[in-house]
Amino acid sequence: MAQIEHNGTTYEVDEDGFLLKGADDWDENWIDYVKGVEGIPEITDEHQKVIDALQEYYKKNGIAPMVRILSKTTGFPLKRIYELFPSGPGKGACKMAGLPKPTGCV
Amino acid sequence: MAKHETPLLDELEKGPWPSFVTDLKRQAETKPECWDILGQLELSYKDRITHWKHGGIVGVFGYGGGIVGRYSDVPAQFPGVEHFHTVRVAQPSGLYYTTENLRALMDLWEKYGSGVTNLHGSTGDMIFLGTRTENLEPLFWDLTHDLGQDLGGSGSNLRTPACCLGESRCEWSCYDTQEICNHLTQHYQDEIHRPAFPYKFKFKFSGCANDCVAAVARSDFSVVGTWKDQIQIDQAAVKAYLNGDEGYPVNGGAHKGGDWGPFDIQKEVFDLCPTQCMWMEGDELKIDDAECTRCMHCINVMPRALRPGKEKGASILMGAKAPILDGAQFSTLVIPFIEINKENDFEEVIDVIEKVWDWWMEVGKNRERVGETMQRVGLPTFLSVMEIEPLPQHVREPRSNPYVFWKEEEVPGGWDRDVKEFRKRHAA
Repeated sequence: MAQIEHNGTTYEVDEDGFLLKGADDWDENWIDYVKGVEGIPEITDEHQKVIDALQEYYKKNGIAPMVRILSKTTGFPLKRIYELFPSGPGKGACKMAGLPKPTGCV
Repeated sequence: MAKHETPLLDELEKGPWPSFVTDLKRQAETKPECWDILGQLELSYKDRITHWKHGGIVGVFGYGGGIVGRYSDVPAQFPGVEHFHTVRVAQPSGLYYTTENLRALMDLWEKYGSGVTNLHGSTGDMIFLGTRTENLEPLFWDLTHDLGQDLGGSGSNLRTPACCLGESRCEWSCYDTQEICNHLTQHYQDEIHRPAFPYKFKFKFSGCANDCVAAVARSDFSVVGTWKDQIQIDQAAVKAYLNGDEGYPVNGGAHKGGDWGPFDIQKEVFDLCPTQCMWMEGDELKIDDAECTRCMHCINVMPRALRPGKEKGASILMGAKAPILDGAQFSTLVIPFIEINKENDFEEVIDVIEKVWDWWMEVGKNRERVGETMQRVGLPTFLSVMEIEPLPQHVREPRSNPYVFWKEEEVPGGWDRDVKEFRKRHAA
Protein backbone atom coordinates (compact mmCIF):
# COMPACT_ATOMS: atom_id res chain seq x y z
CA MET A 1 0.00 0.00 0.00
CA ALA A 2 1.20 3.43 -0.90
CA GLN A 3 1.71 6.42 1.34
CA ILE A 4 1.14 10.01 0.41
CA GLU A 5 2.63 12.97 2.21
CA HIS A 6 1.07 16.40 1.97
CA ASN A 7 2.00 19.40 4.12
CA GLY A 8 3.66 17.16 6.69
CA THR A 9 0.79 14.68 7.11
CA THR A 10 1.09 11.11 5.84
CA TYR A 11 -1.92 9.23 4.46
CA GLU A 12 -2.31 5.53 3.69
CA VAL A 13 -3.93 5.15 0.28
CA ASP A 14 -4.69 2.43 -2.26
CA GLU A 15 -3.49 2.44 -5.88
CA ASP A 16 -6.30 4.72 -6.94
CA GLY A 17 -5.51 7.26 -4.22
CA PHE A 18 -8.49 6.54 -1.98
CA LEU A 19 -7.97 6.83 1.80
CA LEU A 20 -7.59 3.34 3.23
CA LYS A 21 -8.79 4.27 6.70
CA GLY A 22 -11.50 6.64 5.48
CA ALA A 23 -12.85 9.08 8.05
CA ASP A 24 -10.16 8.15 10.62
CA ASP A 25 -7.46 9.77 8.51
CA TRP A 26 -9.55 12.39 6.75
CA ASP A 27 -8.89 16.08 7.43
CA GLU A 28 -8.95 19.46 5.70
CA ASN A 29 -5.40 18.91 4.51
CA TRP A 30 -6.62 15.83 2.57
CA ILE A 31 -9.08 18.05 0.66
CA ASP A 32 -6.19 20.30 -0.24
CA TYR A 33 -4.20 17.31 -1.52
CA VAL A 34 -7.01 15.79 -3.62
CA LYS A 35 -7.73 19.22 -5.10
CA GLY A 36 -4.36 19.02 -6.82
CA VAL A 37 -4.73 15.54 -8.29
CA GLU A 38 -8.39 15.83 -9.34
CA GLY A 39 -8.05 18.96 -11.46
CA ILE A 40 -9.80 21.39 -9.10
CA PRO A 41 -8.35 24.92 -9.02
CA GLU A 42 -10.06 26.08 -5.82
CA ILE A 43 -12.37 24.65 -3.18
CA THR A 44 -15.58 26.65 -3.07
CA ASP A 45 -18.65 26.49 -0.81
CA GLU A 46 -20.25 24.33 -3.49
CA HIS A 47 -17.43 21.78 -3.27
CA GLN A 48 -17.78 21.82 0.51
CA LYS A 49 -21.53 21.27 0.22
CA VAL A 50 -20.98 18.11 -1.86
CA ILE A 51 -18.29 16.84 0.53
CA ASP A 52 -20.52 17.48 3.57
CA ALA A 53 -23.49 15.79 1.92
CA LEU A 54 -21.41 12.69 1.07
CA GLN A 55 -19.92 12.42 4.56
CA GLU A 56 -23.24 12.93 6.29
CA TYR A 57 -24.98 10.33 4.13
CA TYR A 58 -22.15 7.86 4.60
CA LYS A 59 -22.12 8.32 8.39
CA LYS A 60 -25.87 7.71 8.51
CA ASN A 61 -26.20 4.89 5.95
CA GLY A 62 -22.79 3.24 5.67
CA ILE A 63 -22.81 3.56 1.86
CA ALA A 64 -22.29 6.34 -0.64
CA PRO A 65 -25.53 7.88 -1.91
CA MET A 66 -26.84 7.15 -5.40
CA VAL A 67 -26.04 9.95 -7.83
CA ARG A 68 -29.68 11.00 -7.95
CA ILE A 69 -29.81 11.37 -4.16
CA LEU A 70 -26.60 13.41 -4.12
CA SER A 71 -28.13 15.72 -6.73
CA LYS A 72 -31.31 16.02 -4.68
CA THR A 73 -29.66 16.74 -1.33
CA THR A 74 -27.20 19.27 -2.74
CA GLY A 75 -29.52 20.73 -5.34
CA PHE A 76 -26.73 20.38 -7.95
CA PRO A 77 -27.59 18.69 -11.23
CA LEU A 78 -25.05 16.08 -12.37
CA LYS A 79 -23.62 18.57 -14.86
CA ARG A 80 -22.74 20.98 -12.04
CA ILE A 81 -21.17 18.16 -10.01
CA TYR A 82 -18.85 17.41 -12.95
CA GLU A 83 -18.02 21.11 -13.24
CA LEU A 84 -17.03 21.01 -9.58
CA PHE A 85 -15.36 17.59 -9.70
CA PRO A 86 -14.08 16.81 -13.23
CA SER A 87 -13.66 13.10 -12.41
CA GLY A 88 -17.26 12.90 -11.31
CA PRO A 89 -18.99 12.11 -8.03
CA GLY A 90 -17.29 8.71 -7.58
CA LYS A 91 -13.63 9.19 -8.41
CA GLY A 92 -13.59 12.90 -7.60
CA ALA A 93 -16.00 13.81 -4.80
CA CYS A 94 -15.99 10.50 -2.88
CA LYS A 95 -12.19 10.45 -2.90
CA MET A 96 -12.04 13.99 -1.56
CA ALA A 97 -14.66 13.24 1.10
CA GLY A 98 -12.68 10.22 2.31
CA LEU A 99 -15.36 7.67 1.40
CA PRO A 100 -14.36 4.13 0.40
CA LYS A 101 -13.63 3.40 -3.23
CA PRO A 102 -16.74 2.70 -5.35
CA THR A 103 -16.97 -0.99 -6.23
CA GLY A 104 -18.96 -3.26 -8.50
CA CYS A 105 -19.15 -3.46 -12.27
CA VAL A 106 -17.69 -0.03 -13.07
CA MET B 1 10.98 -7.60 -18.77
CA ALA B 2 12.15 -11.12 -19.13
CA LYS B 3 10.43 -14.10 -20.64
CA HIS B 4 8.75 -16.46 -18.21
CA GLU B 5 8.44 -20.21 -18.43
CA THR B 6 4.86 -20.96 -19.55
CA PRO B 7 4.51 -24.73 -19.94
CA LEU B 8 0.74 -24.74 -19.34
CA LEU B 9 0.03 -21.90 -21.76
CA ASP B 10 2.35 -23.44 -24.36
CA GLU B 11 -0.13 -26.31 -24.66
CA LEU B 12 -2.62 -23.80 -26.03
CA GLU B 13 -0.41 -23.15 -29.05
CA LYS B 14 -1.33 -26.60 -30.36
CA GLY B 15 -4.46 -27.30 -32.40
CA PRO B 16 -6.06 -25.56 -35.39
CA TRP B 17 -7.80 -22.60 -33.75
CA PRO B 18 -5.95 -19.25 -33.70
CA SER B 19 -3.95 -19.30 -30.48
CA PHE B 20 -4.10 -16.24 -28.23
CA VAL B 21 -0.86 -17.45 -26.65
CA THR B 22 1.00 -17.42 -29.97
CA ASP B 23 -0.39 -13.95 -30.68
CA LEU B 24 0.68 -12.63 -27.27
CA LYS B 25 4.16 -14.09 -27.71
CA ARG B 26 4.47 -12.37 -31.07
CA GLN B 27 3.29 -9.10 -29.53
CA ALA B 28 5.83 -9.52 -26.71
CA GLU B 29 8.66 -9.24 -29.20
CA THR B 30 7.88 -5.52 -29.55
CA LYS B 31 6.00 -4.98 -26.26
CA PRO B 32 7.94 -6.78 -23.54
CA GLU B 33 5.24 -6.21 -20.90
CA CYS B 34 3.29 -8.93 -22.74
CA TRP B 35 5.73 -11.45 -21.25
CA ASP B 36 4.32 -10.43 -17.88
CA ILE B 37 0.74 -10.92 -19.10
CA LEU B 38 1.72 -14.46 -20.07
CA GLY B 39 3.66 -14.91 -16.84
CA GLN B 40 0.81 -13.83 -14.59
CA LEU B 41 -1.69 -15.88 -16.59
CA GLU B 42 0.55 -18.95 -16.28
CA LEU B 43 0.65 -18.37 -12.53
CA SER B 44 -3.16 -18.18 -12.49
CA TYR B 45 -3.37 -21.44 -14.45
CA LYS B 46 -1.10 -23.01 -11.82
CA ASP B 47 -2.77 -21.47 -8.76
CA ARG B 48 -6.25 -21.71 -10.28
CA ILE B 49 -7.11 -18.25 -9.07
CA THR B 50 -7.07 -14.77 -10.56
CA HIS B 51 -4.12 -12.51 -9.78
CA TRP B 52 -5.89 -9.22 -10.38
CA LYS B 53 -6.73 -7.12 -7.35
CA HIS B 54 -10.28 -6.14 -6.48
CA GLY B 55 -11.76 -3.23 -8.41
CA GLY B 56 -9.90 -0.11 -9.54
CA ILE B 57 -11.15 3.44 -10.08
CA VAL B 58 -9.38 5.35 -12.82
CA GLY B 59 -10.64 7.54 -15.63
CA VAL B 60 -10.32 10.77 -17.53
CA PHE B 61 -11.51 14.18 -16.40
CA GLY B 62 -15.07 14.97 -17.42
CA TYR B 63 -16.21 11.37 -17.62
CA GLY B 64 -17.37 9.00 -14.87
CA GLY B 65 -16.70 5.85 -16.88
CA GLY B 66 -15.10 4.35 -19.97
CA ILE B 67 -12.00 2.91 -18.35
CA VAL B 68 -11.82 -0.18 -16.16
CA GLY B 69 -8.96 -0.02 -13.65
CA ARG B 70 -6.92 -3.18 -12.92
CA TYR B 71 -3.88 -3.84 -10.76
CA SER B 72 -1.85 -7.02 -10.44
CA ASP B 73 -1.69 -8.59 -7.00
CA VAL B 74 1.83 -9.85 -7.79
CA PRO B 75 3.37 -6.64 -9.20
CA ALA B 76 6.87 -7.37 -7.93
CA GLN B 77 6.94 -10.59 -9.95
CA PHE B 78 5.26 -9.08 -13.02
CA PRO B 79 6.00 -5.33 -13.12
CA GLY B 80 4.72 -5.07 -16.70
CA VAL B 81 1.16 -5.61 -15.49
CA GLU B 82 1.35 -3.66 -12.21
CA HIS B 83 -1.20 -1.30 -13.81
CA PHE B 84 -3.28 -3.02 -16.45
CA HIS B 85 -6.25 -0.77 -17.16
CA THR B 86 -8.76 -1.48 -19.90
CA VAL B 87 -9.93 1.31 -22.18
CA ARG B 88 -13.31 1.01 -23.90
CA VAL B 89 -13.40 2.79 -27.26
CA ALA B 90 -16.74 3.47 -28.94
CA GLN B 91 -17.08 1.31 -32.03
CA PRO B 92 -18.78 2.16 -35.34
CA SER B 93 -22.29 0.67 -35.69
CA GLY B 94 -22.05 -2.71 -37.39
CA LEU B 95 -18.26 -2.82 -36.80
CA TYR B 96 -17.23 -1.74 -40.31
CA TYR B 97 -13.70 -0.34 -40.41
CA THR B 98 -11.20 0.97 -42.86
CA THR B 99 -7.65 -0.31 -42.50
CA GLU B 100 -6.63 3.34 -42.27
CA ASN B 101 -8.68 3.79 -39.12
CA LEU B 102 -7.58 0.48 -37.61
CA ARG B 103 -3.93 1.33 -38.26
CA ALA B 104 -4.35 4.73 -36.62
CA LEU B 105 -6.03 3.14 -33.59
CA MET B 106 -3.32 0.51 -33.28
CA ASP B 107 -0.53 3.08 -33.64
CA LEU B 108 -2.14 4.98 -30.78
CA TRP B 109 -2.43 1.88 -28.67
CA GLU B 110 1.14 0.77 -29.37
CA LYS B 111 2.23 4.20 -28.19
CA TYR B 112 0.25 4.33 -24.94
CA GLY B 113 -0.55 0.74 -24.07
CA SER B 114 0.29 -2.93 -24.42
CA GLY B 115 -0.92 -3.21 -28.01
CA VAL B 116 -3.21 -6.02 -26.87
CA THR B 117 -6.90 -5.67 -27.69
CA ASN B 118 -10.26 -7.35 -27.49
CA LEU B 119 -12.11 -6.99 -30.80
CA HIS B 120 -14.70 -6.52 -29.45
CA GLY B 121 -16.11 -6.56 -25.92
CA SER B 122 -19.49 -8.29 -25.57
CA THR B 123 -21.30 -4.97 -25.35
CA GLY B 124 -19.63 -3.88 -28.58
CA ASP B 125 -16.77 -1.57 -27.62
CA MET B 126 -13.33 -1.89 -29.12
CA ILE B 127 -11.27 -2.75 -26.06
CA PHE B 128 -7.68 -1.71 -25.43
CA LEU B 129 -6.25 -4.15 -22.89
CA GLY B 130 -3.60 -2.91 -20.53
CA THR B 131 -2.09 0.49 -19.83
CA ARG B 132 -0.87 2.61 -16.92
CA THR B 133 -2.79 5.40 -15.17
CA GLU B 134 -0.45 8.15 -16.39
CA ASN B 135 -1.13 7.16 -20.03
CA LEU B 136 -4.90 7.57 -19.83
CA GLU B 137 -5.22 11.33 -20.36
CA PRO B 138 -2.64 11.49 -23.21
CA LEU B 139 -4.34 8.52 -24.90
CA PHE B 140 -7.73 10.18 -24.54
CA TRP B 141 -6.34 13.46 -25.89
CA ASP B 142 -4.97 11.81 -29.03
CA LEU B 143 -8.04 9.61 -29.50
CA THR B 144 -10.34 12.62 -29.48
CA HIS B 145 -8.09 15.18 -31.16
CA ASP B 146 -6.36 13.09 -33.82
CA LEU B 147 -8.91 10.38 -34.57
CA GLY B 148 -12.17 12.11 -33.60
CA GLN B 149 -13.19 9.06 -31.60
CA ASP B 150 -14.56 8.71 -28.08
CA LEU B 151 -14.63 6.30 -25.15
CA GLY B 152 -17.44 3.83 -24.56
CA GLY B 153 -19.47 3.45 -21.40
CA SER B 154 -18.93 1.74 -18.08
CA GLY B 155 -20.54 2.07 -14.66
CA SER B 156 -24.15 2.81 -13.73
CA ASN B 157 -25.01 4.49 -16.99
CA LEU B 158 -26.05 3.92 -20.57
CA ARG B 159 -23.50 1.47 -21.92
CA THR B 160 -22.25 1.56 -25.48
CA PRO B 161 -25.20 0.69 -27.77
CA ALA B 162 -24.74 -1.98 -30.44
CA CYS B 163 -26.64 -3.29 -33.45
CA CYS B 164 -26.66 -6.03 -36.05
CA LEU B 165 -25.28 -4.93 -39.41
CA GLY B 166 -28.84 -4.31 -40.58
CA GLU B 167 -29.62 -2.91 -44.00
CA SER B 168 -25.92 -2.60 -44.84
CA ARG B 169 -25.86 -6.24 -45.98
CA CYS B 170 -28.96 -8.12 -44.98
CA GLU B 171 -32.20 -8.29 -46.96
CA TRP B 172 -34.25 -9.06 -43.81
CA SER B 173 -33.52 -5.92 -41.83
CA CYS B 174 -36.80 -4.12 -41.14
CA TYR B 175 -35.19 -0.80 -40.25
CA ASP B 176 -31.79 0.88 -40.40
CA THR B 177 -30.27 -0.54 -37.23
CA GLN B 178 -26.95 1.25 -37.74
CA GLU B 179 -28.58 4.62 -38.21
CA ILE B 180 -30.67 4.46 -35.03
CA CYS B 181 -27.79 2.95 -33.05
CA ASN B 182 -25.49 5.76 -34.09
CA HIS B 183 -28.13 8.44 -33.65
CA LEU B 184 -29.08 7.39 -30.13
CA THR B 185 -25.42 6.97 -29.17
CA GLN B 186 -24.82 10.59 -30.17
CA HIS B 187 -28.09 11.77 -28.65
CA TYR B 188 -27.32 10.20 -25.26
CA GLN B 189 -23.60 11.01 -24.90
CA ASP B 190 -24.19 12.51 -21.45
CA GLU B 191 -25.95 9.37 -20.24
CA ILE B 192 -23.07 7.24 -21.59
CA HIS B 193 -20.20 9.22 -20.08
CA ARG B 194 -21.62 10.32 -16.71
CA PRO B 195 -23.22 7.62 -14.62
CA ALA B 196 -26.58 8.92 -13.37
CA PHE B 197 -28.68 5.76 -13.25
CA PRO B 198 -29.52 3.30 -10.46
CA TYR B 199 -27.51 0.74 -12.45
CA LYS B 200 -26.28 -0.04 -15.95
CA PHE B 201 -28.66 0.21 -18.93
CA LYS B 202 -28.09 -1.19 -22.41
CA PHE B 203 -29.60 -0.60 -25.85
CA LYS B 204 -29.38 -3.13 -28.65
CA PHE B 205 -30.89 -3.00 -32.12
CA SER B 206 -31.67 -6.04 -34.26
CA GLY B 207 -33.10 -5.74 -37.74
CA CYS B 208 -35.35 -8.80 -37.46
CA ALA B 209 -36.38 -11.59 -35.11
CA ASN B 210 -33.23 -13.59 -35.89
CA ASP B 211 -31.73 -11.06 -33.47
CA CYS B 212 -28.09 -11.27 -34.57
CA VAL B 213 -26.98 -8.87 -31.82
CA ALA B 214 -28.92 -10.86 -29.18
CA ALA B 215 -30.84 -7.77 -28.11
CA VAL B 216 -33.55 -9.76 -26.36
CA ALA B 217 -31.02 -11.51 -24.13
CA ARG B 218 -28.42 -8.83 -23.60
CA SER B 219 -30.00 -5.41 -23.45
CA ASP B 220 -32.37 -3.66 -21.06
CA PHE B 221 -33.96 -1.97 -24.07
CA SER B 222 -34.23 -4.32 -27.04
CA VAL B 223 -35.45 -3.10 -30.42
CA VAL B 224 -36.25 -5.95 -32.82
CA GLY B 225 -37.38 -5.34 -36.38
CA THR B 226 -40.65 -6.76 -37.73
CA TRP B 227 -43.43 -6.00 -40.22
CA LYS B 228 -47.19 -5.55 -40.14
CA ASP B 229 -48.40 -6.68 -43.57
CA GLN B 230 -47.89 -9.84 -45.64
CA ILE B 231 -44.72 -11.80 -46.24
CA GLN B 232 -43.69 -11.06 -49.83
CA ILE B 233 -43.82 -14.27 -51.87
CA ASP B 234 -42.08 -14.84 -55.20
CA GLN B 235 -43.97 -17.93 -56.49
CA ALA B 236 -41.46 -18.56 -59.29
CA ALA B 237 -38.64 -18.69 -56.75
CA VAL B 238 -40.72 -21.06 -54.58
CA LYS B 239 -40.89 -23.41 -57.57
CA ALA B 240 -37.15 -23.12 -58.06
CA TYR B 241 -36.62 -24.22 -54.44
CA LEU B 242 -39.07 -27.11 -54.91
CA ASN B 243 -37.23 -28.18 -58.08
CA GLY B 244 -33.88 -27.92 -56.31
CA ASP B 245 -32.69 -25.49 -59.01
CA GLU B 246 -29.09 -24.36 -59.07
CA GLY B 247 -28.72 -21.11 -57.14
CA TYR B 248 -31.63 -21.92 -54.81
CA PRO B 249 -30.03 -23.87 -51.97
CA VAL B 250 -32.22 -24.28 -48.91
CA ASN B 251 -31.23 -21.93 -46.05
CA GLY B 252 -28.76 -20.29 -48.41
CA GLY B 253 -26.68 -23.48 -48.33
CA ALA B 254 -26.21 -23.44 -44.54
CA HIS B 255 -26.61 -27.24 -44.30
CA LYS B 256 -24.68 -28.24 -47.39
CA GLY B 257 -22.05 -30.03 -45.27
CA GLY B 258 -24.46 -32.89 -44.49
CA ASP B 259 -26.69 -35.10 -46.65
CA TRP B 260 -30.24 -34.09 -45.74
CA GLY B 261 -31.87 -35.41 -48.93
CA PRO B 262 -33.91 -33.32 -51.39
CA PHE B 263 -35.85 -30.29 -50.11
CA ASP B 264 -39.17 -31.34 -48.56
CA ILE B 265 -41.20 -28.16 -48.05
CA GLN B 266 -43.84 -29.95 -46.00
CA LYS B 267 -41.32 -31.34 -43.55
CA GLU B 268 -38.83 -28.47 -43.49
CA VAL B 269 -41.16 -25.49 -43.61
CA PHE B 270 -44.88 -26.19 -43.14
CA ASP B 271 -44.56 -28.71 -40.31
CA LEU B 272 -42.03 -26.49 -38.55
CA CYS B 273 -44.09 -23.31 -38.86
CA PRO B 274 -44.98 -22.57 -35.20
CA THR B 275 -48.53 -21.49 -36.06
CA GLN B 276 -49.03 -23.92 -38.99
CA CYS B 277 -50.24 -21.08 -41.17
CA MET B 278 -48.65 -22.20 -44.49
CA TRP B 279 -49.72 -24.60 -47.23
CA MET B 280 -49.54 -25.27 -50.98
CA GLU B 281 -52.57 -24.68 -53.18
CA GLY B 282 -51.67 -26.37 -56.45
CA ASP B 283 -48.22 -25.02 -57.09
CA GLU B 284 -48.87 -21.77 -55.18
CA LEU B 285 -47.46 -21.18 -51.73
CA LYS B 286 -50.08 -19.70 -49.38
CA ILE B 287 -49.53 -17.98 -46.04
CA ASP B 288 -52.28 -16.95 -43.65
CA ASP B 289 -50.47 -13.81 -42.50
CA ALA B 290 -53.03 -13.04 -39.78
CA GLU B 291 -51.80 -16.15 -37.98
CA CYS B 292 -48.11 -15.59 -38.71
CA THR B 293 -45.97 -14.64 -35.70
CA ARG B 294 -43.08 -13.46 -37.90
CA CYS B 295 -40.67 -16.05 -36.49
CA MET B 296 -38.49 -15.83 -39.63
CA HIS B 297 -38.22 -19.60 -40.16
CA CYS B 298 -39.77 -19.83 -43.66
CA ILE B 299 -37.89 -16.72 -44.76
CA ASN B 300 -34.63 -18.17 -43.39
CA VAL B 301 -35.22 -21.41 -45.34
CA MET B 302 -36.17 -19.79 -48.66
CA PRO B 303 -34.50 -16.36 -48.70
CA ARG B 304 -34.85 -15.94 -52.47
CA ALA B 305 -38.60 -16.69 -52.43
CA LEU B 306 -39.81 -15.05 -49.23
CA ARG B 307 -39.18 -11.59 -47.80
CA PRO B 308 -40.44 -9.59 -44.84
CA GLY B 309 -43.45 -7.39 -45.61
CA LYS B 310 -43.32 -3.78 -46.76
CA GLU B 311 -44.87 -2.09 -43.70
CA LYS B 312 -41.82 -2.31 -41.51
CA GLY B 313 -41.04 -1.24 -37.98
CA ALA B 314 -39.95 -2.86 -34.74
CA SER B 315 -41.06 -4.36 -31.46
CA ILE B 316 -39.65 -2.97 -28.22
CA LEU B 317 -38.88 -5.42 -25.44
CA MET B 318 -37.39 -4.51 -22.09
CA GLY B 319 -35.70 -5.91 -19.03
CA ALA B 320 -33.15 -8.52 -20.12
CA LYS B 321 -30.35 -9.18 -17.63
CA ALA B 322 -27.87 -11.79 -16.40
CA PRO B 323 -28.72 -13.80 -13.25
CA ILE B 324 -27.47 -11.43 -10.52
CA LEU B 325 -29.41 -10.62 -8.33
CA ASP B 326 -32.74 -12.34 -8.74
CA GLY B 327 -32.38 -14.55 -11.82
CA ALA B 328 -31.70 -14.25 -15.53
CA GLN B 329 -34.31 -12.57 -17.70
CA PHE B 330 -34.97 -12.10 -21.38
CA SER B 331 -36.59 -8.85 -22.38
CA THR B 332 -40.35 -8.91 -22.26
CA LEU B 333 -42.60 -7.46 -24.99
CA VAL B 334 -43.68 -3.93 -24.15
CA ILE B 335 -44.55 -2.35 -27.51
CA PRO B 336 -45.59 -4.83 -30.22
CA PHE B 337 -45.06 -2.42 -33.13
CA ILE B 338 -43.46 0.98 -33.39
CA GLU B 339 -42.41 3.08 -36.36
CA ILE B 340 -38.66 3.50 -36.73
CA ASN B 341 -38.52 6.85 -38.37
CA LYS B 342 -35.26 8.47 -39.48
CA GLU B 343 -37.04 11.61 -40.69
CA ASN B 344 -38.13 12.67 -37.20
CA ASP B 345 -34.88 11.50 -35.57
CA PHE B 346 -36.53 8.42 -34.07
CA GLU B 347 -38.84 10.53 -31.92
CA GLU B 348 -41.22 7.63 -31.16
CA VAL B 349 -38.43 5.44 -29.79
CA ILE B 350 -36.90 8.32 -27.83
CA ASP B 351 -40.29 8.96 -26.19
CA VAL B 352 -40.35 5.39 -24.90
CA ILE B 353 -36.75 5.61 -23.65
CA GLU B 354 -37.39 8.85 -21.81
CA LYS B 355 -40.49 7.44 -20.19
CA VAL B 356 -38.78 4.32 -18.87
CA TRP B 357 -35.75 6.32 -17.65
CA ASP B 358 -37.86 8.97 -15.89
CA TRP B 359 -39.63 6.21 -14.02
CA TRP B 360 -36.69 3.90 -13.32
CA MET B 361 -34.36 6.72 -12.18
CA GLU B 362 -37.00 7.63 -9.62
CA VAL B 363 -38.11 4.23 -8.32
CA GLY B 364 -35.17 1.96 -9.22
CA LYS B 365 -33.22 0.87 -6.14
CA ASN B 366 -29.45 1.07 -5.94
CA ARG B 367 -28.01 -1.54 -8.36
CA GLU B 368 -31.41 -2.68 -9.56
CA ARG B 369 -31.63 -3.43 -13.29
CA VAL B 370 -34.78 -2.14 -14.94
CA GLY B 371 -35.89 -5.76 -15.46
CA GLU B 372 -35.81 -6.26 -11.71
CA THR B 373 -37.69 -3.03 -11.07
CA MET B 374 -40.33 -4.27 -13.55
CA GLN B 375 -40.55 -7.56 -11.65
CA ARG B 376 -40.79 -5.79 -8.30
CA VAL B 377 -43.65 -3.49 -9.26
CA GLY B 378 -45.30 -6.04 -11.57
CA LEU B 379 -46.16 -5.82 -15.26
CA PRO B 380 -49.55 -4.05 -14.76
CA THR B 381 -47.96 -1.22 -12.75
CA PHE B 382 -45.09 -0.99 -15.21
CA LEU B 383 -47.46 -0.72 -18.18
CA SER B 384 -49.50 1.96 -16.44
CA VAL B 385 -46.42 4.11 -15.69
CA MET B 386 -45.41 3.64 -19.33
CA GLU B 387 -48.94 4.71 -20.34
CA ILE B 388 -49.41 1.56 -22.38
CA GLU B 389 -52.76 -0.23 -22.56
CA PRO B 390 -52.40 -3.88 -21.50
CA LEU B 391 -52.69 -6.25 -24.47
CA PRO B 392 -52.95 -10.03 -24.73
CA GLN B 393 -49.58 -9.83 -26.54
CA HIS B 394 -47.99 -8.66 -23.28
CA VAL B 395 -48.20 -12.15 -21.77
CA ARG B 396 -47.37 -15.64 -22.91
CA GLU B 397 -50.23 -16.93 -20.78
CA PRO B 398 -52.61 -15.40 -18.22
CA ARG B 399 -51.70 -15.75 -14.55
CA SER B 400 -52.66 -19.08 -12.95
CA ASN B 401 -52.89 -17.80 -9.37
CA PRO B 402 -55.87 -15.75 -8.17
CA TYR B 403 -53.94 -13.08 -6.21
CA VAL B 404 -55.37 -10.28 -8.30
CA PHE B 405 -55.07 -6.68 -7.13
CA TRP B 406 -57.94 -4.31 -7.84
CA LYS B 407 -57.86 -0.57 -7.65
CA GLU B 408 -60.35 0.78 -5.10
CA GLU B 409 -62.14 2.85 -7.71
CA GLU B 410 -62.79 -0.29 -9.78
CA VAL B 411 -64.82 -1.91 -7.00
CA PRO B 412 -68.36 -0.65 -6.20
CA GLY B 413 -68.50 0.58 -2.60
CA GLY B 414 -64.72 0.92 -2.22
CA TRP B 415 -62.66 -0.48 0.69
CA ASP B 416 -64.28 1.34 3.66
CA ARG B 417 -66.63 -1.19 5.22
CA ASP B 418 -68.22 -1.27 8.69
CA VAL B 419 -68.05 -4.61 10.45
CA LYS B 420 -71.21 -3.71 12.46
CA GLU B 421 -73.18 -3.48 9.21
CA PHE B 422 -71.86 -6.91 8.27
CA ARG B 423 -72.82 -8.32 11.72
CA LYS B 424 -76.42 -7.19 11.27
CA ARG B 425 -76.71 -9.79 8.52
CA HIS B 426 -74.23 -12.34 9.86
CA ALA B 427 -74.25 -12.75 13.65
CA ALA B 428 -70.87 -13.78 15.08
